[in-house]
Parts: sequence; structure tokens; C-alpha cells
Amino acid sequence: MDEAWQGAVPWTGRGRDVDLPAIAEFDSVGLRYGTGAEVLRDLDFRLANGGFYFLTGPSGAGKTSLLKLLYLAQRPTRGRIKLFGEELSEAPREALPPFRRRIGVVFQDFRLIRHLSAFDNIALPLRVAGATDEELEGPVREMLAWVGLADRASARPPTLSGGEQQRVAIARAVINRPDLLVADEPTGNVDADMAKRLLHLFTALNRLGTTVVVATHDVGLISATPGAEMIRLDNGGLADPTGMLRNPPPRRG
Amino acid sequence: MLRWLFVSPADRRLLGTSRFRGPTPWVIAIMSFSIMLIAATGLALASTAGSLTRAIEQRYALEVPNGGENLDALVASLKAAPGVTSIEAVPESEMRRTLGRWLGPEAESADLPVPALVNFDVRPGTDIAAIQRRAQTIAPGAEISAHQDKVAPLLRSMHALQWLAFGLVVLLGAAAAAAVVLAARGALDTHRFTIEVMHGIGATDLQVTHLFQRKIALDALVGSLAGAAAGAVVLLLLASGASFAGELTGGGTLSVLDLVILLLLPFALTILATWVGRIAVLAALREAL
Repeated sequence: MDEAWQGAVPWTGRGRDVDLPAIAEFDSVGLRYGTGAEVLRDLDFRLANGGFYFLTGPSGAGKTSLLKLLYLAQRPTRGRIKLFGEELSEAPREALPPFRRRIGVVFQDFRLIRHLSAFDNIALPLRVAGATDEELEGPVREMLAWVGLADRASARPPTLSGGEQQRVAIARAVINRPDLLVADEPTGNVDADMAKRLLHLFTALNRLGTTVVVATHDVGLISATPGAEMIRLDNGGLADPTGMLRNPPPRRG
Repeated sequence: MLRWLFVSPADRRLLGTSRFRGPTPWVIAIMSFSIMLIAATGLALASTAGSLTRAIEQRYALEVPNGGENLDALVASLKAAPGVTSIEAVPESEMRRTLGRWLGPEAESADLPVPALVNFDVRPGTDIAAIQRRAQTIAPGAEISAHQDKVAPLLRSMHALQWLAFGLVVLLGAAAAAAVVLAARGALDTHRFTIEVMHGIGATDLQVTHLFQRKIALDALVGSLAGAAAGAVVLLLLASGASFAGELTGGGTLSVLDLVILLLLPFALTILATWVGRIAVLAALREAL
């Protein structure tokens, strides 16, 4: 399985636009839920296309809220967010699905559909994108093999271990070859070995051009990824002493 | 246009639960059953009212209050009048039998002045006033009355019942639609997680709606057909070899057009339920981001 994890990523999607100056731009972004206090405030930063970012900060700092803004599950209550060069903070909801298809999300709790098999869970983004059963059969089988679950294709999530569910969730997030991969505490439910494999996977994806944003508490994960940028949130605000996020470096090769 | 109805087994698995569970097919079956019976009754009434109207719209009665002394001459004169197509004098014995219901044996008394009654049919556009003048030259007190005027209250009641039946069909359709809306909202709640995941990976509202729309359509079709079939069985049992409407309304029957309308009702109910379900699901999905 190690070999499978460390091999080439079996891309199935379209070509990639490498000319985007920044894949995400936050301009004075604030977020509050209902009438509560702001959980995110005055966020100003840009994520370079092809960059690798760790999002860190103490519990309650707003990491998950920031990720929700990134994967378009939440609108900011103030400020502007540009994704893929498009201003989306006030875009009509009908305009959002095509952008969501360019984003892969790995949730901390996996968010797999319990009554669907591993195969069907992984195939879901391709189905949503309009692929036929014949078109998705090969890529999904290949992806299952890549995450070492070729023999578990028919298994439903409740019958899979935590690590297996995590791999299914990752396979689902990347099968459509997303331009942006967002992972929320991806190593929170797996052992150290699995965490290492996940990191290897993310760096492999990043080398192929996917912008990766990983929210984590895992210092080991960060230190094992040389060259990655770090976004530190503290009490809903951005702690960016270097100013690196305002002027991100060119994409990594 | 109906591509959503023929999705792959994998897409069908997205909603997980097996079909025809839950109350929706049953509610729609009950509605369909009731609609079938009420609509059949309404159509039979309409048919009967139509037959009755057609039968009497050119029929008139000539009444001679003082009896039929010159009845033969009167009948001969009317028969020769322009526009009269048929004529029939009611025999005195029959008139006395009719009077006997109120007067008893007195109705047979020779002293009783029994009015004469002559029924006749005319062609459309015939001058009835001219026929009355003609009759009055032979029987001065003769008066002509239209059968239509006499049965007008009955026809009004029948029309009112038809509208009542139509109104009940509409109300039952609305009740079925309301049940579908509630069922759709319940289904959305049940599958909220799946919907969130689908939205998260870029599914449009229409893609999500199609999944529910298909389930609602199939539930509604099965419920409608089952209810209509049960309704048809009841109608056949009531008819007992004759026309159900005939038993109820005295001769009215269901025409081929009526039967076609009844056959189409379950499909109309299915289309209504599917459309309402689609609107309800789309409206609910718009509340999310």
C-alpha cells in the first residue's frame, strides 16, 4: 500500500490554468454567525496558485470558519473574497456550483455518505460533474487502488476503519483534480504513519499544481513540509508577522 | 425533458431508502380513490343532465283546463301546425290515475273536470305562440308550457351537484399537493446530510431536486394508480352490470369521453404531485447557501 501511496497521482481531470496570480484573495473579510460576535475579522491575504499552506492556531481561532469561506460553504458578513479570479462573496448561489467543483475538501469527520459504497462515495464528484457510469468506472477504480482500497470498493463507510474512511474522503476530494484542496485536521483521526502518508499525498498533489490548504494542530506535519507557508489565526484575526501572505511568492515548482 | 426519470442505479442509491415507504403513496392512493368516485359521480350527473336537457329542450305540453271535449280535433290541428314533429295526447285514464294520488277514489268521479294534456315536440325555431293561438281557436283556455321550465329546478340542482363534485376534486387535488409538500420537506430533512455533501462538491439545486422529483413522481404514480384501480373496482361493483350513474341518476351513463377523463385522472394527479414536489424541494434548497 505504501508504494501505491507514493506513486504517481492518477489524474483524471482537465488541464490546469497556471497563469492565475492568486487562487484566493481575502480583502477585509469578517464573519459572524447570526448576531454573535465576529469569529473572523479583518482578514487580508492572498493564496498563491500552486502554493502549500498550513492553517494553524489555537482551538476556536476560526480555522474551520476560514476553511468554510474557502470552500464556499459560508459567505463573509463583510469584506470581499475572490476565488479563481472571481469575486464570489456576493455571487448568486446559482453561480457557485462550478467553483465548488474546482475545490476538493477533506473534512475532519470525513463526511462520507453512509449508505453509499466507497466506490460510489469517490465517484460522487464525477457524477455531479456529469460523468456517465462508463466514464467514471476506470478513474474511480484507479483512485481506489491508489489509496489502497481496491478490495474495499463495495464496503460502506460504517464498515471501514477510520483510516480507510479518511482515504476514501481524500480520494473523493481529489478525483476531480481540484485546483484547490482544503483539508480540515486531516490527521486528527489517524495514526502517525497514516499522517505521514497523507502529507506525502498532499505534497504530491501540490507538485502537480494543486493549491493545498491544510488546517492542523500537528506541528510535526508542518515541520515535515519544507517550503510550505503558514497562516496563523489568533482569536479570529490573522497573525502574519512576515507579510508573506499579503505578497505570496511565486508558485512552487 | 424527462431525463431525470431515467437516472442510473447509482444516482438512485443516493437517497438510500427504498421506494414506496412512508405515507406519501398511501395518502395519494386515498386521494386518488376519492377523486375517482367523486369525479365519476360528477361526470354521470353531467351526462344525465345533458341527456335530460336534450330530451326535453324541444318538448312542450298543451294543457286544456276544461277537459278534452275537442281533443281529437285539437290533436289533429296541432299535428298539422308548422314545426310540430310529433304529438301525443295523454289518455284521460292516465290523467285520472295521476289525480288519484291526491284525490283518491274521487278522481274517478264523472263530475270531476279532468284537464286534457297533449305533449308535442317541435323543430328548433318553431313559433310556439302561433301554435298556442291555433290551439286556442279550438280550445279557448289552452295553455302551452315548456318541459324545460318545469324541470329547470331539477337541472339547477344537478348542475350545482356537478360543481360541488368538481370543487371536491379540486380540493382533494390540493390536499394531495399539500401532503406532497410535507413529504418533500420531510425527505429533505432526512437527507440533509447527503444534500450538504452534494452541494459541497458542486451539485446544483436542479441536480439535487431531480433525485427527489423522481422519487416523488414514482410514489405519486404508484399511489394514484392503486387508488384509481380501487375506485374503478368500487364503481364496477356499484354498477352491478348496469351503469352506476344510471342507478343514481335515472338513466345517465358515462360516455367514452368520461371514461377517458377518469383514466387520465391518476396521471394528472401524478403530474400535479411531481410538479408541486419539485417546487417545494427547489424552494427549500434555496434557503441554503
